[in-house]
Parts: sequence; C-alpha cells; structure tokens
Amino acid sequence: MSRAGPRLPRVIEASHGTGGKMTHDLIEAIFLPAFRNPRLEPLLDGAVLEIGGMRLAMTTDSYVVQPIRFPGGSIGDLAVNGTVNDLLMGGATPLALSAAFILSEGLEIGLLQDVVRDMARAAERAQVEIVTGDTKVAGAGDREGLFITTAGVGLVPAGIDWSPTRIRPGDVVLLSGSVGDHGASVMASRFGIALDTDIPSDTCALRDAVLAVRDIPGVRCLRDPTRGGLATTFAELSAQSGLTLTADERRIPVREDVRGLCEVLGLDPLYVASEGRLVAVLAREDAEEALRRLRAVPETRDAVAIGEVTDDRPGHANLRTLLGAIRPLDLLPVEQLPRIC
Amino acid sequence: MRYVDEYRDPVAARGFLDAIRSLVQGPMRIMEICGGHTHAIYRSGLDQLLPEEIRFLHGPGCPVCVTPALRVDQAIALARHGRIVCTYGDLLRVPGSHESLRQAAARGADVRIVYGSLDAVEIARQHPRQDVVFLAVGFETTAPANACAILRARELGLENFSVLGSHVLVPPILRHLLDTPGTEIDAFIGPGHVATVVGSEDYRFLPQDYGKGVVIAGFEPLDLLEAVLMLLRQKADGRCGVEVQYRRAVRPDGSPRARAVMREVYAVQDQDWRGIGRIARSGLGIREAFSAFDALRRYAGELPEETPADASAYICGEVIQGAKTPLDCPAFGLGCTPEHPFGPGMVSSEGSCAALYRYRQTAREARR
Repeated sequence: MSRAGPRLPRVIEASHGTGGKMTHDLIEAIFLPAFRNPRLEPLLDGAVLEIGGMRLAMTTDSYVVQPIRFPGGSIGDLAVNGTVNDLLMGGATPLALSAAFILSEGLEIGLLQDVVRDMARAAERAQVEIVTGDTKVAGAGDREGLFITTAGVGLVPAGIDWSPTRIRPGDVVLLSGSVGDHGASVMASRFGIALDTDIPSDTCALRDAVLAVRDIPGVRCLRDPTRGGLATTFAELSAQSGLTLTADERRIPVREDVRGLCEVLGLDPLYVASEGRLVAVLAREDAEEALRRLRAVPETRDAVAIGEVTDDRPGHANLRTLLGAIRPLDLLPVEQLPRIC
Repeated sequence: MRYVDEYRDPVAARGFLDAIRSLVQGPMRIMEICGGHTHAIYRSGLDQLLPEEIRFLHGPGCPVCVTPALRVDQAIALARHGRIVCTYGDLLRVPGSHESLRQAAARGADVRIVYGSLDAVEIARQHPRQDVVFLAVGFETTAPANACAILRARELGLENFSVLGSHVLVPPILRHLLDTPGTEIDAFIGPGHVATVVGSEDYRFLPQDYGKGVVIAGFEPLDLLEAVLMLLRQKADGRCGVEVQYRRAVRPDGSPRARAVMREVYAVQDQDWRGIGRIARSGLGIREAFSAFDALRRYAGELPEETPADASAYICGEVIQGAKTPLDCPAFGLGCTPEHPFGPGMVSSEGSCAALYRYRQTAREARR
C-alpha cells in the first residue's frame, strides 16, 4: 500500500485525542516509529507476552472524562471497566490492575473518595484487584482535575488467539446492546441540556459475557466500541482484517433519548462512545449459539446480529442505511462538534 | 423526539421511491437550500436511490460556510487580547485568513463552545471582570435566539457581554442565485428550520417572481423523499407553488414571537457572504439601540477590517452557490480535507464538501 505519511499540525489539538483519524495519524507518525516491535505493531487494545509458556495480556488506558460523575457512573467506574474490558477483548481473564492518579490542587477530597469507592466496587464486580498505584498532584486548574491511568494484566488461556486477521468473508457481526449511551450521557450532563431525561451511561465490565462465549470455536475477535463508537470499530476491524464489515443501520439499536440528543446536537450516534458494549465477529454457524449465551448475561441481554463480512471493498467498512443504500463507514476525520442550528 | 422513527421507516420509504419512479419525466435539478438537507441526503444514501433524472444541487444554506473569514479573524483578535470568545462547535475549525479559532485556542486563547446563546450570557455573568464575546452566525434560525441573548444581557445589566454577529437571510441569496445568468435550478427544497421561524409565506417569491416550485421539508430521509415527490407532482400537474412537507413544525406565518424578537434587536443590512461577496439587504445587523452589545461597534478601533485577499481557496464560492460540485474542485480530497480544510465547505457537517467527502468514498476514490 503506497501512502504518504500523515501530515501533523504544529501543536496538539483536541481532535488528536478522539480516537479518530487524527489519533491514528499521531500514532503512526510519532509513537509507532519510535517504539516499533512485533507486540505493538498490530495496534490492538492490549499486547500478549509469552512468558514461560504462559500468555500474559497487558493493556493500559487513561481517563480524563468531564464531568467526573455522570448518570450511571463516574470516572472511577470507567477506569476499572475500560481496562478490564480491553483485557477481555483480547480473550484474557483479567487478574490485576494498577491505578495512577493525577490530581489538581484544590480538588475536593470528598470527590476523590467517591471516585475511589466507585473503583473499588467496579473492581470487585469485575473480580480483579488493584494491586499497585501512584499519586501525583499537578498545579491548580480551573477544572475538576482528576485524571486516572489504569494498567491491567490478565492470562490468555491456551487455544484462544483472537485477532481481526482471523476474520473471514461470510462471518457475522454481533453487537451486545444499544450504542452511544455513555457518550450521550456525558454530553447531556456536561452541557446541562434540558431534555428532561437522564441518559444512564452503559459503563460495565463485560467479564461474564466474554467468559460465556470464549470457548465457542468460531469466535474470530471481540472489540468494545468505546471512543469513536461503533462506526470506528467497524472501520478498524475492516482495515485490520483487509475485508469489508457491513453494518445494517436498521438493526443497530439506538435508545430513543440518545438519538434525540444526537439529533439536537447534529451528531451521529454511530460515532458516539459506549463503555459497556461489545462487538463480536464470528463464524456464521456459531452466531446463533453466541447470541443465545450473550442474551443470558444481564450486561449483554440485548445482543443482536447487526452485520456481515464480505470482501468487496477490502479494508473498508460499509453501512447499509435505513433506506437500503450502501455507503462507506469511515473513521471520523475530526471529532464531531455540535452544529449551529 | 418520537417523531424520529416514524420518519425513518424503510417500508414507507420504498413506497415513496416507487411513486417517484413512476412520476419522474425528464431531468429535474432540485436545489436543497439547507446544509442540513445536504448532509441528510448523503448520510442516508438518498442520492443513490433516486432515479438519475433527479439531481440535487447543494445550496448556500450552511451558516458556517458563508461566514466571512473576516469574522473569524476578528474573533481570534479579540480572543488573543484576553476576551473570552464563545461560539458554536462547528465554527471552531473554520479557517480564517491565517488560522482557525481552534488553532488559536491551542495557543492559549480562551475560546469556549456553547450550545445556546444563553450559555454565553451565563459565562459573562460568571466572569464579571472579563469581556465575553459571543460569535453568533447563522440564518433566520439562530437570529431570534441570539436576539434573546442580547435582551437577556440587557435585563441582567451585563456590561461585559457583546455579540460579534454575522447573520444572513435566505431569500436574498436565492434571488441572487436566480438572477445570476446561467443558473439552472428547476425547483427548491426549502429550509425546514428557517421556515419554522419565518413561515412558508417568505418563499412565495420563488413561484411568483421566478416560476420555481418549492417544498419546505424536514430532515429525515422520508421527509426528503416526500418533498421530492411533491415537487414531481407540481411539475406533473403543471403547477408551481409553495408547499410544506414539514407540517409538524412549519406554519404559514412561522413563529410570530421569534420574528418580533428578531425585529426588535436586528435591522436588515447589506451583508458579506464568504466566497460570494456583498449582497444588498441580505443580512441582519444589531440596531443602534443595542449598540452596547454589538462587538463590531464596541471594539471598532481594534478589529481587523479586511482580510488579506479571500482566504478561501479554489472554487468554494461556486460550490456554495451550487454552480459547481465539490468534485469539480482540484483541491477536493487531495489538499483540502476535513483535517486540513482550505475552505469552510469542508468544515461543517452541513458543508457539501464535508458531506460528500465523508459519505461518498467511491466518488473520492474515483478522483485519485
């Protein structure tokens, strides 16, 4: 594939942190060349290290959400669930987490206590321990300064080798529930939009769901559609598999209040983050069994088949729109900004 | 909010498409005036589903696209000098002569996204020792809300709040397009949101003076399909008139209250349009009585007064007017992309360049 390297602006902009095309540009232009190695290269949510016959999965993530608390959770829930889910998406059983805190001068201790309590509860639910940590205080900012970085390790059992490179034409794509709930929840609380509804975040650990389907042989790979939403997950899986994942808009569940908020703000819910959903790509013959098992787990009870894999536009994802037209489903070039009217 | 699914029903869509196919006779060039419609057409793939006789021309109704680069420069100048500049999200990336508000913010200027004009007033109330400037642009849709912000600031006695405005009106730009020799538009899809404010009667001049039919439509795929069908029926019946498809929101006289507020605060004036130039009586300026809240008057001495030549590259103006499509532009998708927009049409989701770039990869690939 011949392609010029990404152009970078002189300074970091907000779009570099949204998981879309500019984030990818940054990774390709700066991080990957400097750190290049075979474990990093696939650019997956976690890496797998082989140590003494065991396969150790490792992942890390930073959390900077504003506001710190939102309907359905807080930054503490996200910091645990997000990292736990990244381990699970690689097929690992989560074992332990680290937690590093950057706090700004002036942060209320009570708020920190609440967040840490949320983390403890989320860790208990996900059956992981937080075994090490760090605390730093940065200068006073005018925001509620509380940033958390968690890293996680887990064990990948023998025989599990999930990867987008295993996706094949004819495979089926499952989605475990409605999209965009978390992003919409945060946006609604950030901007105090009076929609007389509190949209709850979907943040949760997907441990039970993943363990329920892990021994199904036809599972190719799992992904959680967080930053960049479902559309970005489809675009990434298409690029990484060299195939075409086509999502059927008619089958993608979007809560009515989430769609309403997105309408008002001029945003596309397919690009809005979920924090407790999974996308599974698997062999067609195993799809029904996987759906049955996912639907038996509370966090994934609304699982549906939303798409399929072909090879007609290698490396690119499609959307079959409500009207039945086919159009590309790309990485968002820049973050979605609310429109004027 | 319940409206949405009802207007996205695929079965009903097929019914409209069948009716359109059976009625279409010969080519029909329909200009959708509003950028929201352009976006919806590409997002739903409507352009692929309609018979090829029907061609959409993308109109000038993208508020971000027609805001002069000078306004962006002026907002940046104010933000650079310690004022808090508030504006809507999609204005942040619009290139001024040298940079965008987003780039100015990355260098330390205080630029904040607001979701409504009253949020900007609230920021002014919370920061009594700092000047707060609200960069307010848009068509008749946003003018009443921005007028309300000025009225509210006066009510609160705020002395640190002002509005840097660039308000444009739909009818004058349509007259301008239709008066331009060589314009080939058979009919219009009228702007749904604007019409909720001004009403459908504002568009009577299209059939009366120019013999063009117009159907004012909503923003769901089915709304647009029905609007196309209504225009085809006008043609088949040999009529041309003003019809409203967006009946759930538009009344003939619009919103009298919104229009009253707009009239109280704003007066019609000549206005610059980005990529097009000055059009007589095509915009709204803040009335003398509210000059304390008019950033153009308040900071008159320190604002840049002109841009160093038009910062918009290539054929932005012709694209905004529907005379050319983004594919006619040598920069489209090559130098000019949403990450590095040369012109405003590549910025807003309502700009036809951005909409085409995002949803029609096949067309883009054809250009490579």
